[in-house]
Amino acid sequence: MCLAVPGRIALIHRSDSESDARTTATVDFQGSRVQISLELTPDARVEDWVLVHAGFALQVLDEGEARELWEYLQEADVVREIPVFAENPVREESER
Amino acid sequence: MKTFSGLNSERIDALLASIRSVCEGLAEIRLMEVCGTHTVSIFRSGIRSLLPKNVRLISGPGCPVCVTPSGYLDAACNLAGRSGVTVCTYGDMVRVPGTDGSLADHRAQGGDVRVVYSVRDALRYAMDTPDKEVVFLAIGFETTAPATASAILEARRSDVKNFSVLEGHKLVVPAMRTLLSDPSTALDGFICPGHVSVVIGSAAYKPISREYGKPCVVAGFEPIQILACVERLAMQVREGRADVENVYQVAVKEEGNVVAMQRIEEVFQPAAATWRAMGSFPDSGLKLRQSYQEFDAARRFGLKTDGDYEPPACRCGDVIQGKVEPLECALFGKTCTTTHPIGPCMVSSEGTCAAWFKYGSVAR
Repeated sequence: MCLAVPGRIALIHRSDSESDARTTATVDFQGSRVQISLELTPDARVEDWVLVHAGFALQVLDEGEARELWEYLQEADVVREIPVFAENPVREESER
Repeated sequence: MKTFSGLNSERIDALLASIRSVCEGLAEIRLMEVCGTHTVSIFRSGIRSLLPKNVRLISGPGCPVCVTPSGYLDAACNLAGRSGVTVCTYGDMVRVPGTDGSLADHRAQGGDVRVVYSVRDALRYAMDTPDKEVVFLAIGFETTAPATASAILEARRSDVKNFSVLEGHKLVVPAMRTLLSDPSTALDGFICPGHVSVVIGSAAYKPISREYGKPCVVAGFEPIQILACVERLAMQVREGRADVENVYQVAVKEEGNVVAMQRIEEVFQPAAATWRAMGSFPDSGLKLRQSYQEFDAARRFGLKTDGDYEPPACRCGDVIQGKVEPLECALFGKTCTTTHPIGPCMVSSEGTCAAWFKYGSVAR
């Protein structure tokens, strides 16, 4: 339940300048794109890798670590247990 | 083993060799993994069977579903049974039995129960359906609490009147304190959770190492991280030290996520909480601050959440405290299985009993 998943920020949507709390991003999880909140990681930038849990980015990660964690989660077959990925299945490498 | 493939196998072999040499000649070392995600990783990878015989890994109360008291589920089911009320929940909670069935049972009887990925989805649903009361089941440790806090702050900013949360968040460090204050739970150190620590920071474990003299090492979820953590813990035991170390520095900072902690602090305050089958402990959970009480579903609907009832003979309470292993429960694998679970530790995919049931051949 406390598992967070790494993804890469594709786009940042800053809806109003006064509230960082409403800043969201389209995050790419190896092909599956989900809109998440950047409220808790206000320094995150486009192309950064972030650790995402329950719709919120919790931490900016370096790319190597992010890929390693993603590979582990794929191998452990836990990604598809997270509802958002069950609805938008992650594409296999070969399809990309 | 699949997870030990490729480049990592040399690192794994080196770590295992180091652990064997550090542990040689030591008395039994009992290490608790506090986090359910660690439990699953340990079982999946077969780590237990690779460690020296004198290293014991014990699963702790780190699955939020397993520690939620049945009174909370009864309140959630009560809400699901009311007309005009929608209950939004993380998927893990749906099958957990309360005194009178699970949320899944109530949904089958016509209750409006929706599984959401994020509390943000619950809030959006409330905004889209102003004629419904939308209640979000706020469970989880510090990883999920900032999300709940953020949604409440957004509900306040956007003046959403039909949104509330049934508060059930719990805090990890007070749970560790509780375990250590019980003399029947003999532990030599903690494998500290990875993603909870992203929020609270590795410094949060300093009181455990200082006051109780127990080593604490933060680890990620990959088997290699867990082995590196066991190595550090064993080293500390060997040297008679009790420090906080962090083998997951790529994600976990000493101070944690300061913004996330501020959100929690703004909306919640620590409060006594009931842990399923363990009892109530001071400051081990969160409650809404006075200024946010309008979002408290228990208050809005006049419900209590702290009652607790265990199915007869179910030993989940002892299992999550590391006092017994699942095999010592008379129900395990007989009347209680992953298809027909009786206790919460078998229902949750991160529950200790579910891990033993699924990967039993590598358990010891």
